[in-house]
Amino acid sequence: MESPQIRMANDIAAQFHHRPPEEAAEEVAQHIRLFWEARMRADLLDHVAAAKVGQVDGIDPVVVAAAELLRADLVPQRRDADAGVLGEG
Amino acid sequence: MSLLKQPDLGTPARPGDATVSVTIDGLAVDVAPGTSVMRAAATAGIDVPKLCATDSLEPFGSCRLCLVEIDGVKGTPASCTTPVSDGMVVRTQTDKVAKLRRGVMELYISDHPLDCLTCSANGDCELQDMAGVTGLREVRYGSGVDAGANHLDAPTDTSNPYFTFDASKCIVCSRCVRACDEVQGTIALTVDGRGFASKISAGADVGFMASDCVSCGACVQACPTATLQENTVIELGVPTRSVETTCAYCGVGCSFRAELRGDELVRMVPSKTGGANEGHSCVKGRFAFGYASHPDRVLEPMVRESITDDFRPVSWEEAISFTARRLREIQAEHGQGAIGAITSSRCTNEEVYVVQKLVRAAFGNNNVDTCARVCHSPTGYGLKQTFGTSAGTQDFKSVAESDVIVVIGANPTDGHPVFASRMKRRLREGAKLVVIDPRRIDLVRAPHIEATHHLQLAPGTNVAVINAMAHVVVTEGLVATEFVAERCEGYEEWAEVIARPGCSPEAVEEITGVPAAELRAAARLYATGGNAAIYYGLGVTEHSQGSTMVMGMANLAMATGNIGRPGVGVNPLRGQNNVQGSCDMGSFPHELPGYRHVSDDGAREVYEQRWGTPLLDEPGLRIPNMFDAALAGTFRALFVQGEDIAQSDPNITHVHAALAALDLLVVQDLFVNETAAFAHVLLPGTSFLEKDGTFTNAERRINRVRPVMAAKTGKQEWEIVAEIAQAMGYPMHYDDAAQIMDEIALTTPTFAGVSHALLDEVGSVQWPCNAAAPDGTPIMHVDGFVRGKGRFVETTYVPTKERSTRRFPLILTTGRILTQYNVGAQTRRTANVAWHPEDVLEIHPHDAEVRGISDGDWVSLASRVGETRLRARIADRMPVGVVYTTFHHPVTGANVVTTEHSDWATNCPEYKVTAVQVALATARAEAEQTGEQVPVAGG
Repeated sequence: MESPQIRMANDIAAQFHHRPPEEAAEEVAQHIRLFWEARMRADLLDHVAAAKVGQVDGIDPVVVAAAELLRADLVPQRRDADAGVLGEG
Repeated sequence: MSLLKQPDLGTPARPGDATVSVTIDGLAVDVAPGTSVMRAAATAGIDVPKLCATDSLEPFGSCRLCLVEIDGVKGTPASCTTPVSDGMVVRTQTDKVAKLRRGVMELYISDHPLDCLTCSANGDCELQDMAGVTGLREVRYGSGVDAGANHLDAPTDTSNPYFTFDASKCIVCSRCVRACDEVQGTIALTVDGRGFASKISAGADVGFMASDCVSCGACVQACPTATLQENTVIELGVPTRSVETTCAYCGVGCSFRAELRGDELVRMVPSKTGGANEGHSCVKGRFAFGYASHPDRVLEPMVRESITDDFRPVSWEEAISFTARRLREIQAEHGQGAIGAITSSRCTNEEVYVVQKLVRAAFGNNNVDTCARVCHSPTGYGLKQTFGTSAGTQDFKSVAESDVIVVIGANPTDGHPVFASRMKRRLREGAKLVVIDPRRIDLVRAPHIEATHHLQLAPGTNVAVINAMAHVVVTEGLVATEFVAERCEGYEEWAEVIARPGCSPEAVEEITGVPAAELRAAARLYATGGNAAIYYGLGVTEHSQGSTMVMGMANLAMATGNIGRPGVGVNPLRGQNNVQGSCDMGSFPHELPGYRHVSDDGAREVYEQRWGTPLLDEPGLRIPNMFDAALAGTFRALFVQGEDIAQSDPNITHVHAALAALDLLVVQDLFVNETAAFAHVLLPGTSFLEKDGTFTNAERRINRVRPVMAAKTGKQEWEIVAEIAQAMGYPMHYDDAAQIMDEIALTTPTFAGVSHALLDEVGSVQWPCNAAAPDGTPIMHVDGFVRGKGRFVETTYVPTKERSTRRFPLILTTGRILTQYNVGAQTRRTANVAWHPEDVLEIHPHDAEVRGISDGDWVSLASRVGETRLRARIADRMPVGVVYTTFHHPVTGANVVTTEHSDWATNCPEYKVTAVQVALATARAEAEQTGEQVPVAGG
């Protein structure tokens, strides 16, 4: 079964394909930082890691790049969120 | 009319300052130009007798009771139709007019059944009142049958389940006809015949149920006699007291006077002073309140160890201790993040606030979400990104100043009928209408209304259409350059992208199905037609690009300068009564109350100090994430406040599996709903008639909800939540709901000035309500955007992954209709089932014919995730290739077929695009033979 996290991350990435890859990856990573719960981020990173050894297919390259940015977050540090531009409702 | 009379000044107010001075019966009064003599007199405290006049309707001048004498004016003009002029001297009580009025009353009474003592309107009848006011002592012509020709044998129409039309009591004042025309805008009633033969007729004399009547009750409210009377008044008698409160159906948030005899609710009468509805209502708000006393109500807490056991009634103490113990046990075994809650947009701000507090402070995580997830979460995201705040821009009154109204993915006459009446009034006055919707909704062509453009786009192509409209604006030089330069940022980058040929109407015509010339004309009209306002609904948000579309509309409004004044704006029509409020109250897993991200140290500190516990700075799980985590085994317990997720959420098979995987499901609801089938604890909830608190409607209006009767369960819902928190070891206590609002105001900047005391004093306020805006904020972004400058955001069109295929060649969209409400838990337990006893599948004649389907046939509706069966309705308002159904009846299970696709930014489900196949159901003959109601298959 497809990981819900991969499906959702691919959906986010598709919205930024018109942007240069590095910008797109940062947009995806930032969205995930701000809206995804920790275990979802961990699951995403696990799947991306598995994809690198050929165990998972169908991950958007932008998601793979975004995952690398998220992986860097695992080094303990505070997130630099701009709460002023967030929101749902 | 209402016994507990609301003040009636006879004719509507006129705009402007009180610059006209008149003297009435010796009293000087100043009124606005255009005010009627009748209203001016009432303003001075002088009631002129009247029957055909009421201040919700334009003056008509037919009853001739309101005659007055005016110095310098010949004859005795009707005060209702005579406007004041400066220096006018009026006399309302003279021998001459008194004699004329008595003569008129004699004629009325000579053709009226004199059964006052047994009449349902006894003591609540304006005709009876006027007989007294005019001093009627005799009727020279006799009365009843003695008076000769009469209407005493006129038939009574009892076809409507909520009111009775007794034509024998009718005085043909036309108030009902004019209410249907002017207030509701349906124009279902007429005066048939002339002179003595005149009679009120519903439709072409087909009776109320068979006519176009939408049962809003405006005619009943307008009737001065017992001719049109609520059946509850006929059965129970006239009410003797009232409580002012707020409707609990859609996001319009109408104010009502609940009128009672003792503790029994007799009727709901819309409040003239209600900011949202100004005296109007719909069939649900006025009549469909019977569910609150339905025998299906759960009134005792119930518990079971396993969902295969039967529920057993328990005490509140046992239910609460069981819930708290199990929640703590599950956290101890599976971790702090293994539990969460879902708040309800049906509940009050205060009730929602305490649930998110329970999660954040007692559970120690941010696993709280709300049912707004599945409707308007993209609205919050999109408007926050572009304008800086998660809310619509206007008040409802604003539409009266619109010159162009664009309705996108909304069906206001069904979903938001009271606001639709306002909108229709403006359209009849000449405002232009653009409808963007795959279906030909009723508004496209209604009495005296016709859309200038109906862009009948293919489902899933909203963003392509809004981008093409923006392309026209940018490339044809229609941009409000001064507004954009002063008020916005990011325009150049956005305009460069949107001006590319790929965004043009011609380029996207093939995928959207909208003729390029029509789209160009609509865009030009929006940009150049004066004040242009966008109103939208779930046809915008419930898509894989729902958030993108919201931002696309905001871009268009900014580019044309249609923001920050009356008559313009971007306006979500919220589905449920408190969608806005539940979002405001911090129901989302990434936001504290007031839309502040959980990683915002300053905001978190406010609550940490107030609540006395550290708060997590990481986002929690959204509803669909909770389901996924439940199936993965990492999420084990869920508290659900007043939402039937097992019926309303998409891909029900998936939802049911997730719910069945939980170790503990706590449901707080009025009824044993579909979700309760998976519950271990059922906590009975309170109806809106028992609640004490506030709702916030789609225009950010905070209205009081007052208890009309004591809680049938013995506890307010917020009390139960607080007691669970206490039992979990987290101290939470409030003396009353007002204390909760005080805490909300203390901690939420946009609510800083709000209190129950203020609302009791002024009626309602629209947030932000604080030191900068103590009277609230009817229209937002007037001098600047909340975020400073409005931000243009690129909105590239990305097609949905859900495509029609050879196997599933049709596209299904879902929605709701006037008489039923969402999952139907309330309306299915009222007489509203008379209009909509079952969900049906609307299908274009061509699509039906090629499948051999006739109107009323059972059909199977199948997607790649599931299949259900329902009856077909052939409907040429559907485009070829698109079918539509509602989800009001669990037996149909429309969400058996909807999929896991969702908005990329918010995970709002893509209810509006599901590839399906429709076929004549083979079970049809069997069903008919066996009398089965509806055969349903699962996924």
